[in-house]
Formats: sequence, structure tokens, C-alpha cells
Amino acid sequence: MFLTVASKSLLNRKGSVAMTLMAISVAIFVLLGIEHVRQQARDSFASTVSGVDLIVGAKTGSLNLLLYSVFRIGSPTDNIRWETYEQVVADPAVAWAIPISLGDSHEGYRVVGTTSAYFDHFSYGKKRRLEFTSGAPFEGTFDAVLGSEVAKTLGYKIDSEIVLAHGLATTSFSLHDNKPFTVVGILAPTGTPVDQTIHVPLQGIDAMHSDWPQGPANLAIKSGAEPGATPAKPESITAFMLGLKSKMSIFGVQRQINDLKEEPLMAILPGVALAELWQMVGLFEDVLRLISALVLLAAVLGLGAVLLSSVRERNQEIHLLRILGAPPYYLFLLIEMEAVLIALAGMLIGGASLYVALILVEDALFANFGLYLEADLLTLEGLSILGAVLLSAIVAAGVPSVQIYTAASRYFER
Amino acid sequence: MTIELHGVAFSYANDATKSLLNIDHWSVAKGERVLVHGPSGSGKSTLLNVMGGLLTCSVGEVTLLGERLDRMNARQRDQFRANHVGYVFQRFNLVPYLNAIENIELASTFAAGKQRSSVREEATNLLHSLNVIPSDWSKPTSHLSMGQQQRVAIARALINTPEILIADEPTSSLDAENRDNFLRLLLGLVDEKNTTLVFVSHDLAIAQYFTRVQALSEFNKEHC
Repeated sequence: MFLTVASKSLLNRKGSVAMTLMAISVAIFVLLGIEHVRQQARDSFASTVSGVDLIVGAKTGSLNLLLYSVFRIGSPTDNIRWETYEQVVADPAVAWAIPISLGDSHEGYRVVGTTSAYFDHFSYGKKRRLEFTSGAPFEGTFDAVLGSEVAKTLGYKIDSEIVLAHGLATTSFSLHDNKPFTVVGILAPTGTPVDQTIHVPLQGIDAMHSDWPQGPANLAIKSGAEPGATPAKPESITAFMLGLKSKMSIFGVQRQINDLKEEPLMAILPGVALAELWQMVGLFEDVLRLISALVLLAAVLGLGAVLLSSVRERNQEIHLLRILGAPPYYLFLLIEMEAVLIALAGMLIGGASLYVALILVEDALFANFGLYLEADLLTLEGLSILGAVLLSAIVAAGVPSVQIYTAASRYFER
Repeated sequence: MTIELHGVAFSYANDATKSLLNIDHWSVAKGERVLVHGPSGSGKSTLLNVMGGLLTCSVGEVTLLGERLDRMNARQRDQFRANHVGYVFQRFNLVPYLNAIENIELASTFAAGKQRSSVREEATNLLHSLNVIPSDWSKPTSHLSMGQQQRVAIARALINTPEILIADEPTSSLDAENRDNFLRLLLGLVDEKNTTLVFVSHDLAIAQYFTRVQALSEFNKEHC
């Protein structure tokens, strides 16, 4: 009966209740939406690289190593000699290794020299392997595999020829234009920096630089007329990723690499470094949360105001309910129940519209921004947000509830 | 005695110098139907509110059904009123956005110990005997005519089978035909349930329906 009274009383004041309900729904939409995107961004950030146990580079800060090896941001401090790489990889604990050679670019996109191990072992997200939308991994020295964004933005297809530039600027003057590469594969979108990367074989990088700085003397390599002339071993690489046979050996191998006498190297655990990096982005998260909290505050204050103005129109009900023997707290609870009902309806509307919105934009977001959103809203965080909304609605309804309580207690005393 | 007032004095806090009620002794026996009349502002409604425990007197004893209302706390008075006293007013007897059945059920929720199913059955019986047609039962009461609303109000007031029914000018908004119809139905039910009725009105034309007719000034000595 109590519920009937509360809900019919709300339905009786459709106009003002509908407006408040909309405000609450929008607030819930924003709150859940921001929390959801934040959560997903964090997840997708943390899953930029997965399945890699250690990342190894020249001694530097762990964030710097992570940034240049995974995010292709910043510059490596030093290279690793190929012999050292081979020595580390020879460790029986190592299952696989992906060497990475950085330093060239194409139209502002970074070029990564690597081996086919990259396509076999590199994974992101929940252990998702790289997939090809067209073509296949590189085989020849001057083959290139493009990330999805590179191919899309620059309009490259299989068999397009591209010329790499030394350095990173879009207008580099030192073009390797005597050594064009041929696109042999295009990767599917991953939502990671892989999308913005051009992958070429290590040999390609070396061959490209083989005329450097002597001048265009070794053109033979380009024509491929003398395949034997292609350097079998590169001199050095920038960094490498390791997969170990057993997770148990991660710290042992990490220590060995850090203590290596031959060359000052460091090995980092990508998960740990990613978490460190995310902490630095954390301020942005807090600002987003603050904004959504303020949106909620505005909405519940509106709710309080609507209920407060309703108290003045409810003299008849106060009179009647008191006559029937309803104690003043019944009226207090009635107002609170109305607030709770509005909040619950708002959750339903806000949550449902967010769900629909997520489903609608899911594909577009993934395809265009590589941002992968899952439409599961009933996470622990989502539920605690809903709890907070309910609580704040109850608190905001406190003022009108106390007012109607006082009015009901003194009603007959005039 | 069903209702007994002894040495009751009452004045509103905002006008403490004027004592609106000053009753040495007044009582109503079980089954009596009393019509109290008097000009407006003479304290009739205040008397009814004191009898229902809605107002508490500064001095005096108010005894209903042998229980001292003036000794109860607010919660006990609310509970007592819900169980033993029914009210019908001139207007605003019903929650406008609830229908007739819901209004009656709402009244029953504050009284102790009744099954919801038996309430519904009793509500329909009451509405039948008050000539409210079933198609009007589920309309919001704001859509009913004044005469219909007042009849639903009787059902609402009697659903908890109170020993005492207090009526405050319930016929003042009705025309003569509706008024007589209303009174016949009300008194029929009051007779049937042997309810004690205290009815306040300024309209002496209805005096024939009552066993006792008293002017408020007969037992209320106003002091200024």
C-alpha cells in the first residue's frame, strides 16, 4: 500500500517528476558512461601488450623503455649488440624472443624492424594474436607489414611501395628512397600502438642502412640479385621482448639480464611498468570522476527541490493521513520513498540508454579509434555507483522529508 | 460512557490568551448520535480534533472507550485513532490520485490486525451498501462527483469498524437531495454497526436524524 501511495503520488505529478527523472537519468548515464569508458580505457591500456614476460633494453628508466618499445614514444638511449641478444636468448628458460629495431619512420609513422616471431608471439588484450586483414607476414628483405591505421590513413594496399626515412620527422631530408619497401600484409585493428606501426624485417633495416654513410655503393642489395649479400646478422637492435617457458623464472631471468657484465641492459615486467605509467595518467581519471560527481550533485539537488516544492502542495494529504492515524514519520518515509523510486527509475532509464548507446557505438569506436568497449555495465564499480546515486537521492530528499515531518507533527496546532 | 470530557481547556499556542474550549463535563453514551451545532469559529472543529487525539489539551481529561487520551504519547494516540475513531469531513476526505478501493485500503493499513483480503471484501460490501457503482471503484477519486466522494468517505471512515465516528460538516458541500441521501446511508450503517456518532454542523435542518441535538455553547463556556 505504501508503495502504491508513493508511486501514484509521483504519477499524479507527472510534469515535474518527469523533468527530475530525466536529470537523474542523464546523471546516471554520464556517471556510468564515464566510469565505463575509464575502466575500459584502463583495461585496453593495460592490455597494450600481453603474454610478454620481459622487455629488455639498454639501461634507462623503466617507463622510458616501456614508452619506446611498446608505445613508440620517445627515443631509446642506446642499442643492444646482436651478440648480447643472442646470448640472452640462448638461456634455456627463454621460450621465444622478439627483437625490435627502431629509428626510422614513414610519413610520421614509426618503423619497427623485427622478425617473424613478432607475428607469432606478440599479443595484446586477453592474449589476442595479431591478425591480418589482408596479406601475410613479411618474408623478403624489403617486405613491409602495416598497422591498420597506417594503411587506412595513407591509403596503402598490398603491393604499394613505400620509402622510409631516417629519423622521425615527417619531412626528413634523409630519405632511403633508393630502397623502397613493398607492402605484403595489413594487420587488423588492435587498439594498440601496433595500428600505427610499419613492420619490416631486421635485415631490411640493415640493408637500407648498408649504404649509410658510404653513399649509394651497395645497390645490389635492393635489386635482390645477390641475396647472399643481405646481412645475415644485424649489428645491433634497440630492444627485445621475451617469452619465458615458465612464469616462475621471470625474476631470475630479469636479474641475470640486469647483472649482465657484457653490456648494461635492463629488463622490465610490462605489467608493472604499465601500472606505473597509468598512475601518471590517474589525475585525468580523477578529474573525470569529479565532473561526473558534480553532475550527480546537480541532479539530486534538483530532485530535492522538486520534492520540497511538492511538500507545500500536500497539505490535504498530510491532513488526511494524520486523521487516518498515520504517524508523522509515515510522511517522512513517503517522501523518501518517492526519491528512491525516482532514483531507481533513473537508474533503469540511464543504464538502459547507456547500454543501447554502447552497443550502437561499439563497432564504430573499435574500427575508428581502436577503443574496445564492452557493454557489461554491472561491474562492481557500476553497482557501487548506483549505490552512491541511491544514497545521495536519499540524502537530498532529507530536507523535504524533514519538512513534511515537521508539518505533519504540528498540522493541527495551526 | 464512550466519550467523556472533564475540565477540558484548550487554546492555540499562537493565541494563548483566548481559551477556545472550556468544558466542565460532556459525555456521549455508546450508540448515541449527537449533533453539535454552533456558529463557525466557535471551536467545533477544535473539539473534534481534541476528541480524536489530534490536539492535546493543556488541562483536563479526555476519555475514549475508557482510555485516557490525555495520558497517551503521540504514537499511542495515532494508533488509538486508527483503531477506534473514524472521521468524515466536508471536503478532502480522500487521496485524490488513489481510487476508492485504494483509499479504503490505505485507511485500513494504519489499524491493527486485519487481513488484506478481508479488507477488500469488506470495502466492496461497504461500497455496495453506499450505492457506489463498481465502475467507479477504480477511478481516481478526483474524478468522482462530490456526492460519490462523500459516500466513499463513509466507507473509508468505517472500514476499521471504529466505535466512534466523527463527522465535521460532511454535508455542507452537498445539495439537499445528496445531503439526505448521504445522511440516510450514513445513519443506516451507523445503526447497523452500533457506532457512536458525533456530528458537527451549522445546519439545523438535519436535526431529525439525531438522538441528541446540542449547541456547543451549551457545554462550552468561552472565556476571554
